Amino acid sequence: MLKEVFNKPLKWSAMKNLIFKEVDDLIIGSLGIVAFISFFVGGVVSIQTALNLTNPLIPRNLIGFATRQSVILEFAPTFISIIMAGKVGSFITSSIGTMRVTEQIDALEVMGVNSLNYLVFPKIIALLLYPFVIGISMFLGILGGWMAGVYGGFTSSDEFIQGLQMDFIPFHIAYAFIKTMIFALLLATIPSYHGYFMKGGALEVGKASTVSFVWTSVSIILANYILTQLLLSK
Amino acid sequence: MIEIKNIEKSFGDTKVLKGISTVFETGKTNLIIGQSGSGKTVLLKTLLGIHYPDTGTISFDGRIYSDLTADEKRELRTEIGMVFQGSALFDSMTVEENVGFPLKMFTKQTPKEIQERVDFVLKRVNLVDAHKKKPSEISGGMQKRVAIARAIVNKPKYLFCDEPNSGLDPKTAIVIDNLIKEITEEYDITTVINSHDMNSVMEIGEKIIFLKEGILAWEGTKKDIFKTDNEAIVDFVYSSNLFKKIRKAQNKEHGND
Ligand SMILES: Nc1ncnc2c1ncn2[C@@H]1O[C@H](COP(=O)(O)OP(=O)(O)OP(=O)(O)O)[C@@H](O)[C@H]1O
Ligand SMILES: [Mg+2]
Repeated sequence: MLKEVFNKPLKWSAMKNLIFKEVDDLIIGSLGIVAFISFFVGGVVSIQTALNLTNPLIPRNLIGFATRQSVILEFAPTFISIIMAGKVGSFITSSIGTMRVTEQIDALEVMGVNSLNYLVFPKIIALLLYPFVIGISMFLGILGGWMAGVYGGFTSSDEFIQGLQMDFIPFHIAYAFIKTMIFALLLATIPSYHGYFMKGGALEVGKASTVSFVWTSVSIILANYILTQLLLSK
Repeated sequence: MIEIKNIEKSFGDTKVLKGISTVFETGKTNLIIGQSGSGKTVLLKTLLGIHYPDTGTISFDGRIYSDLTADEKRELRTEIGMVFQGSALFDSMTVEENVGFPLKMFTKQTPKEIQERVDFVLKRVNLVDAHKKKPSEISGGMQKRVAIARAIVNKPKYLFCDEPNSGLDPKTAIVIDNLIKEITEEYDITTVINSHDMNSVMEIGEKIIFLKEGILAWEGTKKDIFKTDNEAIVDFVYSSNLFKKIRKAQNKEHGND
């Protein structure tokens, strides 16, 4: 399937429009929900950490540190991707699946358009911007943590920022974005596969979206485990 | 002219097409008729190259499809127009974008030339005030017209229609049938139409092939259909009382009852 996606590409002028449309649907359209979730979950991580610091010997700057670590390493790349598997993934499966059951894909093929290239390639390209979404999520998650920590009276702004800078390992950022790119590829291809190769009618489109969500999330979780093992353990 | 020889097609263990040979003539409306499930759509999609036949050859004016290179196949496909059973319009595009799509994809025409051609074919199918609408905003009959417009916009040599008038009222159905027949004659296209509608058969059946369970059980013209003694087709046609009567009347007229 992947080979066909890159085969016999369309005219660039047509492809360009498709890519813009996908960026709009998949990336821009997701920013709102991602921003909302990141900000508040970042806040909750910060509050939870603060509430669990009952031992006075542990420094308060741990709040900033814990928020940074959890948001950058796991929350933004992995859990936002699971949410995106629900939002973007089921959108991809149902839109391609609908085109399959209403013979729109056959129509493309009959005209001589390589339908896999037409449908899937622009999505893969659009999702190259996915790290940008995750970057925003990281920023807002930490911002949310800072606001909840400072305005909730759990820590001072200085302590929190000191915690953010503590034991900073640059490779963690690389690790997070390598994961993000792999997840982006999974988010573009698995839902496309389930939509493209589905059979049946409107009811099956709904089922295919659900199945696609399950498989995309399972793959993201497994890929996360494997990548963490490969990249972080010595 | 499209010539098919001994086409067989199976899905898994079920053989859907069991050795079909015939000729579809240029400038005529060729009808494939038969009961639901008899293999009409599969035959049409095999002609289109959406399904590959297990055996047999399909030749488009002498070009044998399976012998063509990938580029030649693509070239051939730009000469084909198809009207799908459910219209298969792209629902993210407006009516005029749908019709202009094959031109945008496969020709070097400027946007202005494309617009002119789109306006022309939409007018040809008598659709003048729906240019900016989405497929979901127009009626089924209008969708069929748009699908026909899209199929003929790139001046095809071959036109395939899968039940072009299913789901339409009898009056609109006849209008669509006649539109296809006119276009076929006007542009000298080889047109193949799937149908199980006896009205279409009587309106536009210049050459008819009858499929029964994947076998070509009968072929002829609409005139022949009332004279034949072939049991399979008589049985198919006779499922309508109206046509029983017509057959009797016709046969009396010809004095061969
Ligand atoms: N992709 C496929 N995979 C497996 N079997 C198929 C496939 N397409 C069609 N069939 C089978 O082939 C047979 C013929 O189907 P086809 O769609 O050609 O019928 P039809 O004559 O077009 O009927 P209708 O008038 O209802 O459209 C059916 O039994 C169908 O189940
Ligand atoms: Mg059919």
